[in-house]
Amino acid sequence: MNEFLAMGGYAVFVWPAYGASVIVLVALVIASRRRLKRLEQALAQAEGRASMEDEA
Amino acid sequence: MFALANPRRFLNLAQWLEPLSWAAAAVFLVLGLYLSLFIAPPDYQQGETVRIMFIHVPAAWMSMMVYGFMAVASFLGLIYRHVLADLAAKAAAPIGAAFTFLALVTGSLWGRPMWGTYWVWDARLTSVLILFFLYLGYMALWQAIEDPVKAARAAAILCLVGVINLPIIKFSVDWWNTLHQPASVVKMGGPSIHPAMLWPLLAMALAYMLLFAALEMQRIRAELLERRLANLTGISH
Repeated sequence: MNEFLAMGGYAVFVWPAYGASVIVLVALVIASRRRLKRLEQALAQAEGRASMEDEA
Repeated sequence: MFALANPRRFLNLAQWLEPLSWAAAAVFLVLGLYLSLFIAPPDYQQGETVRIMFIHVPAAWMSMMVYGFMAVASFLGLIYRHVLADLAAKAAAPIGAAFTFLALVTGSLWGRPMWGTYWVWDARLTSVLILFFLYLGYMALWQAIEDPVKAARAAAILCLVGVINLPIIKFSVDWWNTLHQPASVVKMGGPSIHPAMLWPLLAMALAYMLLFAALEMQRIRAELLERRLANLTGISH
């Protein structure tokens, strides 16, 4: 296991490369999903308001 | 392509294609990472640093593919005034920027042990850095112009002008002297890398493509919602 983590002495290059890839892609997925959820909520609210105004 | 120009048809398609893409992306990510980290042998010259290739090369491919996708979408948006084409290009930009950033970072971390430097201002690295700035400029342009029709047109023109950079990136390693090696997978006469390294690379590349597909569909849905919201609140005010 230690040998695996050591990456033949190149651990300081290999693991940051993999770490950066995971962090950037996960952050992008989370940010995209949050934005979608926020817009879904905002739209549901706006549509609720619009239908109330129609009734009034 | 044209059938998808209708947002309703797009949403119907995304309804099943998007979850499928997420699932397939997850499967190939796990498979690709497993092959890259555990199965692929260390290179006889590069040792374990060769494992950086399995995330560097797919990110670099995606940086160009996503830009090509945006250029096609921008072109269709300009010519046929399809809202969905404009939004597809807009939705793809942050994904392309992320892949380009990762190509630069992972390349830098690979360059330090193999070339002895994190960065050189040679043709390949510089042209990819310009690609990254093109993505940022494209996104900034959408932010800067309030009228979505004008923003779409300006951004599309910027994107199409920037297409000139793609062949420069591709052939930079052949046209100029550079530390960066020429292509060894996509070339005449087939790939020149060993299958034990080719398979992890292809699995990761497929995973990145599927991830792009899933994210892109999700982000287009968000763009469609945002536009509907703008129309709705614009009318009710």
